[in-house]
Amino acid sequence: MSQIWIVILGLGLTTFLLRFSFLGLIGDRELPAWALRLLRYVPVAVMPGLVAPLVVWPAATGGEADPARLVAAAVALGVGAWTRSVLGAILGGMGALYLMLWTIG
Amino acid sequence: MPLSTHRRAFFRGMRDGAPFLIVIVPFGMLFGVVAREAGWDMAQILGMSVLVIAGASQFTALQLMQDHAPTFIVILTATVVNLRHAMYSASLAPHLGPLPLWKRALVAYALVDQTYGSAMHRYALAPGLSPAEKAAVFFGCATQTCIVWYAATVAGALLGSGLPPALALDFAVPIAFIAIFAPALRSLPHLAAALVSVVVALLLASLPYGLGLIAAAMLAMLAGAAVELALERRRP
Repeated sequence: MSQIWIVILGLGLTTFLLRFSFLGLIGDRELPAWALRLLRYVPVAVMPGLVAPLVVWPAATGGEADPARLVAAAVALGVGAWTRSVLGAILGGMGALYLMLWTIG
Repeated sequence: MPLSTHRRAFFRGMRDGAPFLIVIVPFGMLFGVVAREAGWDMAQILGMSVLVIAGASQFTALQLMQDHAPTFIVILTATVVNLRHAMYSASLAPHLGPLPLWKRALVAYALVDQTYGSAMHRYALAPGLSPAEKAAVFFGCATQTCIVWYAATVAGALLGSGLPPALALDFAVPIAFIAIFAPALRSLPHLAAALVSVVVALLLASLPYGLGLIAAAMLAMLAGAAVELALERRRP
């Protein structure tokens, strides 16, 4: 079986177990406070670290830092943080990228 | 429960969830496009969107496989991205805990950011709903969310190979990730966590991919929690 299918099945299973965990085992029991405190930061702990190398050393330029992509990332970050809008951040970021690629090549 | 109440709750859920489709459609299409570009076939693309239904972790897995990370690391890292779903599960349990097990399993299957947010919003507005009505609200939102997610993925995959390189779609994935976490940068602890994550990930980028990210994520979670504790202690 290809790696892709193993990942799909494996990730499907672990993700379902995470979602089923408390609903399935019931109940109204709460996670301990320290666990909740750590889990609160999961999204902002994982995604920025995942994105940073892709932004600083983009594959499309062979790993060379690229002003257009740096600006696009900054605009997406700014719009997203300011407006709290996912769609706004995507449109702002891609718009900035096209504008930069078009003007500076 | 009378059928009409059940039906009303179901449609209520659909209406509540409708605005989120604006985000789900482009995000699902983007996954289809990027996976197609990476050489995945239609069965794999749709298979992942049906079995995982979690955009951020799907992109994570795709990206790590592009970087030739080992299978175990791919699954582990993409699973970490989904840890928040366990929190959602915990917070829905008091509302939906009384349902039969198979219904709770169905809820778990469709428990994503949008269905969770939309359902919790409704439960807060209408605290008098019975568990069965609350389930109907959830399933109303979840049914359309899932179907639209699958359809958008397929549409993206069909479009995928026909898109010109000038669209710079290589960078759509980083932009999509930034768009997911940027709105969450709402406090000092969140900013601290994000900063630690970026710095550690860049410093450890030469480690075999995945390991640096896992270290960055753990240190960032600790940083967020530590700053939160420090702020609490300072408060009178």
